[in-house]
Amino acid sequence: MINVLGIINYDDASVHVAGLENYRPIPSLSFLARYRLIDFALSNMTNSGIKRIQVYVKQKPRSIIEHLGSGRQYNINSKHGKLRILTGENSIQSEAYNHDVTAFLQNMRFIEDANQEYVMIMPSHMIYTVDFNEVYKQHLETKADVTVLYKTVNNAHESFMGVDTLKLDDKKQVLEIEMNRGKYKNRHISLAAYMMSRELFIHLVHLADNISSLYTLRDVLQEQAPLLKMIGFPVKGYVACINSLNEYFRVNMELTDYNIGKELFNEEWPIHTRTSDSCPAQYTPTARVNCSIVANGCFIEGTVIGSVIGRGVVIKKGALVENSIVLEGSVIGEDVHLKNVVVDKSAVVSKVKELVSDDTKILYVKRQDRV
Amino acid sequence: MRKHNMIAMILAGGRGTRLLDLTNKVAKPAVYFGGKYRIIDFPLSNCANSNIQVIGVLTQYESVLLNSYVAQDQRWGLDAKDSGIYVLPPREKSEGFGLYRGTADAITQNIDFVDQYEPDYVLILSGDHIYKMDYDAMLEDHKRNKADVTIAVLEVPLKEASRFGIMNAHEDGRIYEFEEKPKQPKSNLASMGIYIFSWPLLKQALIDDLSVENSNHDFGKDIIPSFLNSGKRLFTHRFKGYWKDVGTIDSLWEANMDLIYNRDELNLADPSWKIYTEDITVPPQYMGPNASIENAYINQGCVVDGTVINSVLFTGVKVDKGAVVKDSVLMPFSHVKSNAFVQRVIVADDVVIEEGSKVGQESGEIDLISQNC
Repeated sequence: MINVLGIINYDDASVHVAGLENYRPIPSLSFLARYRLIDFALSNMTNSGIKRIQVYVKQKPRSIIEHLGSGRQYNINSKHGKLRILTGENSIQSEAYNHDVTAFLQNMRFIEDANQEYVMIMPSHMIYTVDFNEVYKQHLETKADVTVLYKTVNNAHESFMGVDTLKLDDKKQVLEIEMNRGKYKNRHISLAAYMMSRELFIHLVHLADNISSLYTLRDVLQEQAPLLKMIGFPVKGYVACINSLNEYFRVNMELTDYNIGKELFNEEWPIHTRTSDSCPAQYTPTARVNCSIVANGCFIEGTVIGSVIGRGVVIKKGALVENSIVLEGSVIGEDVHLKNVVVDKSAVVSKVKELVSDDTKILYVKRQDRV
Repeated sequence: MRKHNMIAMILAGGRGTRLLDLTNKVAKPAVYFGGKYRIIDFPLSNCANSNIQVIGVLTQYESVLLNSYVAQDQRWGLDAKDSGIYVLPPREKSEGFGLYRGTADAITQNIDFVDQYEPDYVLILSGDHIYKMDYDAMLEDHKRNKADVTIAVLEVPLKEASRFGIMNAHEDGRIYEFEEKPKQPKSNLASMGIYIFSWPLLKQALIDDLSVENSNHDFGKDIIPSFLNSGKRLFTHRFKGYWKDVGTIDSLWEANMDLIYNRDELNLADPSWKIYTEDITVPPQYMGPNASIENAYINQGCVVDGTVINSVLFTGVKVDKGAVVKDSVLMPFSHVKSNAFVQRVIVADDVVIEEGSKVGQESGEIDLISQNC
């Protein structure tokens, strides 16, 4: 059993999921009909045996607090384990000060009081599965100061824009961390997930603060990379980074391919989430549904193709929902045609009969909007 | 311990022999229903939604699964500090070991359990009925009528009344006569087997019943008549709504089909009265490129790439490309492989219908498929 404190970090400042982020923090983003983004990072941690976890929330914490509760759906023992939701006090002077280092400093006593020897820090906007026992094993074997998770890709010229990449030597030691600007196809994408001793983590947080009040954990790690023994840990399987509305859309759509979805979801490594006790989905005689993921509680009378449909959504007769994401509780009225649209929660689309776009511009219907 | 107003005792010891293989290894209340539930979820959820905090579940037949299933009280939100669901199988006592000899005997043998809570009232329920009901409203009636026992009744068609225990009552609900399966029913108020008793009176009646020779130790046959005959105050509480006792394969199939054809009757989508159940970790349902779905009720975890018509698919069911499922009920994690044809059947959990297989028939009795084929 690994002796690791889990920390779910803020997402990077460059992460902006237009529209959706107005209502909830990134970790709370609805994902694939019934999940929130944070479920992946949390499930990875608890499936790996990490039972004491701190979750840092930058803003609008209500949905996270309600979703996580005491963490019992992630199998955290309510006595021996602990799921702490922590926020930083936001500065009114400038958003630039509201970064992870500030939050860590403000909550330092919880980090210092923990008795785990190591920490595993990761953001919630990266979707993948990993067993941290393997990361821990490599961390000890290589005697690394920091172990950073990465994914080798061959399409970095068109994806993972603005995400850090790692320059590794042949022993997977990190020589440099630099941002992906799409210049190369083959890159090692950093998942911004780090394992290090808790002592080193505390030291780096104070160091960052001493260097610059604007420095984030990532900044201090980038600067210190040549001085630290930072070793990369390759992650296998499906990896996605949700850092824009386009990526949010593209990733949900990509996962409506069953074969790709199988890479992410497997019986041996369940992704846990909070149940809402919804009844099964109902399809009437006029329903037609293909290549789609549908959550419970839905009532479908129309046509749904290549889409992701959240809980309790109603799709009326004659409606055609193509390549779209409809979040929980929304109603798509009769004869409405949607294509390349994200409909936020509890919205009603009924008067406007055509909301159609091509996949370069994703349309967005606000939460609780009436269109 | 804090005194409780009313506690519930759920009778869940029966097998339900006419459900055949479905009850080979589990008791009837544990049988699957409605795409994601087990029958006992209904009385348990009704109790939770009615603000009842303590439930005793009396198990007997093949109780291993039911015992561990109901013990997870957080499923129904009953894991608060003073709440709980308590499993009560028969136990050895200083006088020896006795199986529950009847519905009343099950309570008699657990008088010590009930006494711990010093309740004013005890709600007696069956664990194998499907319905939504607010027991708090029934308790209000019981208190208002200053009743000694209140019996929930359902209006049934007069021509079917001879199948039930019929209550003959005055305008105000006061019961003056009770007839078990009467050939000439005088009313159409059928007993639902749901009772609220004032505990001290029930306790005494149960103790007295022990010394009655030839007693069946049964609520309907012995306790209710004894209350009536001793001049106690028995009142009806009228229930309006969907209620089913699914004792046979055919009736279980019909009740599932009701969810497709008459969804508003039981209305499981009503957010004000949710039915809670075990939370199984599976991805949301997936409809493939070849899926053709027409009139179906489908749960989480299903992967459908074939044809599904007029059917109920439980958790994690797979219907492969080319397979056709018609007028059927497929229980959790069953798998209908390519080009198989399934019609008018209930397929039990984990069963595999092999490629190209043909099971069921166009009309007539519903088959239970409990083995791979």
